[in-house]
Amino acid sequence: MTNKISDETIDYVAVLAKLELSEAEKESAKADMERMLDYIDTLNELDTEGIVPMSHVFPISNVFREDVVKNDDRHEEMLANAPEQKEQSYKVPKTIV
Amino acid sequence: MDIRSLTAVELGRKIRQKEVTVKEAVEAYLTQIEAVDSEINSFVTVDREGALKRAEEVQRHIDQGMLTGPLAGVPVAVKDNLCTKDLLTTCASKMLSDFIPPYTAEAVANLERAGAVVIGKTNMDEFAMGSTSETSWYGPTKNPWNTEHVPGGSSGGSCAAVAAFEAPLALGSDTGGSIRQPSAYCGVVGIKPTYGTVSRYGLIAYGSSLDQVGPIARDVADCAAALQTLASHDEKDSTCVERKDTDFTGALTADIKGMRIGIPKEYFGEGLDEEVKARIMEAARTLAAQGAVVEEFDLALVPYAIPAYYVIASAEASSNLARFDGVKYGYRAQGYEELHGMYKTTRAEGFGAEVKRRIMLGSFVLSSGYYDAYYLKALRTKALIKAEFDKVFERYDIILAPAAPTTAPKLGASLSDPMKMYLSDIYTISVNLAGLPGISIPVGKDSRGLPVGMQLIANCFAEKKLIRAAYSFECATNRRYVAGVCSGRFQTQEEGGKQDVETV
Repeated sequence: MTNKISDETIDYVAVLAKLELSEAEKESAKADMERMLDYIDTLNELDTEGIVPMSHVFPISNVFREDVVKNDDRHEEMLANAPEQKEQSYKVPKTIV
Repeated sequence: MDIRSLTAVELGRKIRQKEVTVKEAVEAYLTQIEAVDSEINSFVTVDREGALKRAEEVQRHIDQGMLTGPLAGVPVAVKDNLCTKDLLTTCASKMLSDFIPPYTAEAVANLERAGAVVIGKTNMDEFAMGSTSETSWYGPTKNPWNTEHVPGGSSGGSCAAVAAFEAPLALGSDTGGSIRQPSAYCGVVGIKPTYGTVSRYGLIAYGSSLDQVGPIARDVADCAAALQTLASHDEKDSTCVERKDTDFTGALTADIKGMRIGIPKEYFGEGLDEEVKARIMEAARTLAAQGAVVEEFDLALVPYAIPAYYVIASAEASSNLARFDGVKYGYRAQGYEELHGMYKTTRAEGFGAEVKRRIMLGSFVLSSGYYDAYYLKALRTKALIKAEFDKVFERYDIILAPAAPTTAPKLGASLSDPMKMYLSDIYTISVNLAGLPGISIPVGKDSRGLPVGMQLIANCFAEKKLIRAAYSFECATNRRYVAGVCSGRFQTQEEGGKQDVETV
């Protein structure tokens, strides 16, 4: 195994991923990621010098449209799935502590 | 006549000819689901009440002459990552275990406008991340041919439902093989269309640049009719392509004289099961006997498709799944201190192991310092793969390959080793990277009685060639591999089982 993922890296990636991981999960995440990266490193066999990264297979450009409201007020419907709501809004925990 | 023995198009015709009512059709399938689904687990949700109510409405519209298409009145099972208004849509995840969408996915809406009746939502790998349908929060789906084996994935529920006669037609989604591979494992036909052919509006995103919705059915004609209905230009999906050539049923002709079919040598090397190889080569000879020109060629970039895919799909997944944060819908954890704690605990408790694995990998390859080395490298590899296919299609109309290296593995065999599971998509994944259309059709069984699927791949927008070649194979083999007649609880009879059914 050539890739080594440090504790700090896993902690940092967990922050980016917004995942609370247990110590055991961190250990297995490290092992999984090292194994995947070793595999992904086979891409380095390819010479991609000068190749433009392709994010979409077709040349697509931004699609513009007039900013016209087409839907009705569906406030209630949208709030119906909220885990918690208050006064016609989504309720979230304290954001500043 | 057993309603379940009819293909979707045959059933639609009998409904239009008033030989079968929509209610009878829906009830026949609800009865089958009731009889077998405790064993197969194809469905997360069965909408008995909604389907019966809808059956009445559709019948009325047929009687009034408002619905005249081939799928009017035909029951359809929908993968549970496609939103259905007022009907639970879970993505087979605890995260969305109580999510009732306020709108319907465009693909489903297109089928409904054509008169199809949604009978339920099918099981899948959680958020479509998996190749066996075992990562579902609702437990694994079993392969109807042998319930000790997986149905494949991630559209395993949809494919198993069609194979077990719980639905004549189903919708799946394919990001790296998720329609074609389970179709092969379950002995049914599945099409992954050219990227942009079917709207992704309302498809819960996994890897947006790779995801496509497609049909799963018992034969090619059903898939062609369904795809014709599904394809539409939708301004709600800006990657949707405006196509005028979507009369796919017009391509149902058994004529492949002179069609150039290429077989990539790299797909027949190490890792391919000998029995699968034998069935696929037999199928290739069948096509050659019909006048196709079949030859081998080199597809050198095959080994790089899976690593490139896992970088790109995981990166996109890590971004797409950021929306599941316990605020607007879905699961919310308890016992957190503040907002970020709520996010992190919610996601830790709401997502399963495979989903977390991919979100972590995706977050890593997109992070500062690794973005160029991994993400951009993968996108450059994708450009090379696309260019290689472009060249191949200058010489060939169709690429012929296995859909998967083996037949369906046993339950539990892949879960313990994610890398092994990833390899089961080796023949399907590059198709998504290049945006190509692919079809999987059954071509026989192995010595254990498990189905083998052949994959045909065409250039972008050349679905008609796929349909023509696949249909020609069906006709040349007298539709021997089409799951046709059912008796008892469920039986997918093969050889000779199709004699009493008229050709579409």
